[in-house]
Amino acid sequence: MIALLIRDLRQATRAGGGFGLALAFFLIVTVLVPFGVGPESAVLGRIAPGVLWVGALLACLLSLDRIFALDFEDGSLDLLATAPIPMEAVVVIKALAHWLVTGVPLTLAAPALGVLLNLPQGGYGWLVLTLALGTPALSMIGTFGAALTVGLKRGGLLLSLLVLPLYVPTLIFGAEALTRGLASLDNATPLLMLAGITFGVIAILPFAAAAAIRINLR
Amino acid sequence: MSLWEYANPKKFMQTSQVLLPYFAVLAAVCLVVGLVWGFFFTTDDYRQGATVKIIYLHVPAAMMAINAWVMMLITSLVWLVRRHHVSALAAKAAAPIGLVMTLIALITGAVWGQPMWGTWWVWDPRLTSFLILFLFYLGYIALWEAVENPDTAADLTSILCLVGSVFALLSRYAVNFWNQGLHQGASLSLDEETNVHNEYYLPLLFCIAGFVLLFVALVLQRTRTEIRSRRIQAIVARERLG
Repeated sequence: MIALLIRDLRQATRAGGGFGLALAFFLIVTVLVPFGVGPESAVLGRIAPGVLWVGALLACLLSLDRIFALDFEDGSLDLLATAPIPMEAVVVIKALAHWLVTGVPLTLAAPALGVLLNLPQGGYGWLVLTLALGTPALSMIGTFGAALTVGLKRGGLLLSLLVLPLYVPTLIFGAEALTRGLASLDNATPLLMLAGITFGVIAILPFAAAAAIRINLR
Repeated sequence: MSLWEYANPKKFMQTSQVLLPYFAVLAAVCLVVGLVWGFFFTTDDYRQGATVKIIYLHVPAAMMAINAWVMMLITSLVWLVRRHHVSALAAKAAAPIGLVMTLIALITGAVWGQPMWGTWWVWDPRLTSFLILFLFYLGYIALWEAVENPDTAADLTSILCLVGSVFALLSRYAVNFWNQGLHQGASLSLDEETNVHNEYYLPLLFCIAGFVLLFVALVLQRTRTEIRSRRIQAIVARERLG
């Protein structure tokens, strides 16, 4: 399992692996927003939590179709299916690798982009915390979506259509926890819900995703 | 004699052929009675005026939009557990109907909201969760269309339906948490004291019955169509071989 994780990480960080693509996308989205809504700091500070969360979510979405597609094309997914480790474990490792190459860098880069958007003081800790809690859920849900569409020729667009509605609860609780944290309100409830979604998703979705992969490999 | 006999396509075709006209006629009767009664023989509400009458389309459509998904969930489970093709095809047949019902509920709601709330759309929890439900239907139908092998498509969409149901429920509570509602609460519940007045209630019951029957009739019809198209594919494949 660790070998698989290392292999996935190595492939992702090599040239053409798409590492950094999500980060660059996140940066561009955040830079585009002030062009769209105008440069007033007050407005930007007000919408910054939502923009940062939506930007991170879209950046996560960008690299989802790579999770299984390449392995499916060159046949290594078939080998993984016949390997001694269960498919569920493969799915978890894939999601973990996706999180390590997109979720973690996004979380770390978010405060810098928060400065660009004039995120109010005191929000940076909450920003990192909510993203760190929420991005694993994004990766896991996305891995499930990728597993559903792995056999399709033009699965990319369909993948977005399937995954985006599934992202709604995560986005709501993540952005809500951040907004409330900024306003110095009690945000324990959305934080707990966000953590609940993340852990629930990690507990349940590997089984659904593994089932989908087995169907697609049939 | 058990319910599972109808999982046999032949048996299903025979039975549904007999039942379909009854459901269709009953649906038409209920809808005509309910809508005519509702539209022309009830008084206008003293605050909402004639716009109150959109309830006869809005409420049944909204109920069927949710019930269609529940039906898809059940048939998907039956397909995953017992591998009855009719079940999977019924789920496929129900999805576009549910999509249209969701759309009807959203549009009639917007038409009603414009004069009443002064806006076509607000990010109210109920409205938002219906929009999310609409997206779920879209994704579900798109996945059916995208996968070529029918059995694979049935399996994948069933899994999507199961996972989607969990997330749809989760979204429902998430949006409740996210914004306060403008939409009025339920006024048809059997266990509450203050319900909608009987003058509106009775024609509404006819409309709801009509929509349920219409849904059943449409699902039967569409499932029959799916079975027939599956048979045609089989025949074409056999011709090509022989």
